[in-house]
Amino acid sequence: MHPIRKKRLTIVLFLLAGVSVAVALTTYALRQNINLFYDPSQIAQGEAPVDVRIRAGGMVEEGSVLRDPESLKVEFKVTDFTSSVLVEYTGILPDLFAEGQGVVAMGRMDGNGRFVADQVLAKHDENYMPPEVNEALEKAAGKRASMPGVQDEAAASY
Amino acid sequence: MYPELGQIALILALLLAVLLSVVPLVGSVTGRDQLQAFARPLSAGLFVFVALAFGILTHAFVTDDFSVAYVANNSNSMLPWYYKFSAVWGGHEGSLLLWVLMLVGWTLAVAVFSRRLPAVMVSQVLAVLGMVTVGFLLFTIITSNPFDRTLPNVPADGADLNPLLQDFGLIVHPPMLYMGYVGFSVAFAFAIAALINGKLDAAWARWSRPWTTVAWAFLSLGIALGSWWAYYELGWGGWWFWDPVENASLLPWLSGTALMHSLAVTEKRGVFKSWTVLLAIVTFSLSLLGTFLVRSGVLTSVHAFASDPDRGTFLLVLLAITIISSLTLYAFRAPVVHVRSRYGSLSREIFLLLNNVLLVAATLLVLVGTLYPLVLDYLDMGRLSIGEPFFNLTFSPLGIAAGLLLGAGIFSRWKKTDGGWLGRKLLWPLAISMLATASVMLAYGTFMPWAFAGVFAAIWVSVATFWDIWDKSGSKKGRLHGLKRQSRSYYGMVLGHLGLAITMAGATVASNYGIERDVRMSPGDTASVGDYQVTFTEIGNRRGKNFTAEYGRFEITNDNGRVVSTLYPEKRQYMVQRNTMTEAGIDAGLFRDVFVAIGERVSDDAWAIRVQYKPLVRWLWLGSLFMAAGGFLAISDRRYRIRDKAPESYPSPVPQGSDTRRPDPAGAAS
Repeated sequence: MHPIRKKRLTIVLFLLAGVSVAVALTTYALRQNINLFYDPSQIAQGEAPVDVRIRAGGMVEEGSVLRDPESLKVEFKVTDFTSSVLVEYTGILPDLFAEGQGVVAMGRMDGNGRFVADQVLAKHDENYMPPEVNEALEKAAGKRASMPGVQDEAAASY
Repeated sequence: MYPELGQIALILALLLAVLLSVVPLVGSVTGRDQLQAFARPLSAGLFVFVALAFGILTHAFVTDDFSVAYVANNSNSMLPWYYKFSAVWGGHEGSLLLWVLMLVGWTLAVAVFSRRLPAVMVSQVLAVLGMVTVGFLLFTIITSNPFDRTLPNVPADGADLNPLLQDFGLIVHPPMLYMGYVGFSVAFAFAIAALINGKLDAAWARWSRPWTTVAWAFLSLGIALGSWWAYYELGWGGWWFWDPVENASLLPWLSGTALMHSLAVTEKRGVFKSWTVLLAIVTFSLSLLGTFLVRSGVLTSVHAFASDPDRGTFLLVLLAITIISSLTLYAFRAPVVHVRSRYGSLSREIFLLLNNVLLVAATLLVLVGTLYPLVLDYLDMGRLSIGEPFFNLTFSPLGIAAGLLLGAGIFSRWKKTDGGWLGRKLLWPLAISMLATASVMLAYGTFMPWAFAGVFAAIWVSVATFWDIWDKSGSKKGRLHGLKRQSRSYYGMVLGHLGLAITMAGATVASNYGIERDVRMSPGDTASVGDYQVTFTEIGNRRGKNFTAEYGRFEITNDNGRVVSTLYPEKRQYMVQRNTMTEAGIDAGLFRDVFVAIGERVSDDAWAIRVQYKPLVRWLWLGSLFMAAGGFLAISDRRYRIRDKAPESYPSPVPQGSDTRRPDPAGAAS
């Protein structure tokens, strides 16, 4: 082969190799690390897979926060005012975690309908509502509104 | 009264920017010198008016003028004076004004420091910068006017600055970061001017280089400051979260690093020209993309101040115009590749090419990881997030590969490097690095493959760098003379590479050997972390200027039972916004940090306490300082002060018949 062609070929091969390694790594890593979001209604209906890392979010139900007296374990319910899911977490909760606040948690469903969180996020601003939570609340409120006779207290407060 | 003057100053600045983007360009195309001569005065006028507007906004903050809506939303009379000052860029409108101020500052700098450049080049570069300024000034005036009034209902006091931003880190982080972001607009303007002109030669690369390097150095500092701030202010002890906003700043840094290296090849060897131009366009586009991501409200974070859809749309349009028009120009004007076989398959050119491939691959990875969830969400295909493991898994191998390549590349020669010679050359550094890495592993006690690879890459880069200094400084007049003979740009490179090695070592060791514990503690309890005992001795209350705080007292004792330091982490309640903030207590050291933060109160006498042991975490930021220092040292090199040299390779204005598609004379000659 002509030396210039040969060099160009080498460069192109290098580039191709680099790109394919990158693509392979990306797809592999993506498949492992995509965390889908589920709202409490979806979890109550059993849509969320068991033992797969997912995100869940909603409002922390008033009066639902329960602490273990010996450790840093804490339990609370996250609700979209239609359904709620029990969340279990061991560790330090963020500064803005409070009853009646929006949260997003990362973790896995155990087999018994409990969400075991390894990370709980409440954002920097008290007025801030995670968009996922906002959407979940709206969706749940919409469902309730379409059911006659159900008074929609929760939706009224937003 | 003053705010209206600020408004008028902005509008006048816009008019000047419009003139700047048209008049010199017309002059350069028609060859009319008197029109080109407007470029410099217009740049200066532009700077004066934007600086005036910025000064007026600052004045409104310092004098608590809450009739200005932006001041009312982001300040408060109780705020300490220095935070009133930095609150100017604590919100969306003001930070945008800061951005514009930096942009016109860079424009002025180009106007001042370009005396030796051909007039055509200067007019075109300044005109392109003028166009960018027009875009951003329009954005400011139409969607984000900082001078809007709250009249007639002036609030008695302001809503206060977000407590997270009441910190030294915020005073310096945005200006540094913006200097970097905006600085790449100069490299972009040079690239566009070169495309218009059809003059992509070594001279063009030499002019772009210092500007790119300075922008890169500022961006490195800005990113490091952001990471440092997150570490001590968020109370989590993390230093990089792969948050989309952080990624937004990393993207132009990665492609900017690629650009710096490819510019070096273009200047020294006259190859990779089209690629370099493309990188300059991409880097600036990524800076714009970062601005869009952070400022449009598509992302929610402490940086996303507002989610006004108009702003997002405006920025997206601005981004689209920039990318489409510059790529169109590129498609028509980029030089046809006439590369003769001027470098072998093992040469410095190839090493730098591979460096570029790795950096671009890293850029793409981060880009995909950042944009994928946004795009899916936009298309209504579900909400998902991509976790840190994705980035760690994909980014680390690329970083390590770049390090390994760099160590070998240092010894390579331009044009052609003998493979056998290079192999023999690398033998000793390789052996030394292996031994050194093994002893580091022994010192930390456990072997981990990733930690080994990361530490090895860092040591390998350092050993190769010092080896090369030793080789180069050999001289008959003695070592010192040899060391003195090396240029500043060489030492700049050395510092930059050592900085990379230090940051890599810090990142690897801190993330692999760090210990993080969340424990339940009552006063009197002790928790151990690493080789340290952390004893919670008391809890108390104190009052700050605009907050109240609950603080804990923690004694850190080492293995010998000696108290090494006492920490006072706090939980603050800010009075105006009623926000709670965690202030961590950190015992900082060159080789390790001990980090203590108070979490929530879990019972009457117990608190959740976060204790962390972070080895080498300081190296992360120390390395960035080295990199930035290297950048600044490199541009102080004598060859950028071209006074003692003849004007560059071609006279100005452009002689007739300078065909754009012709390979450059230097290339043809070699």
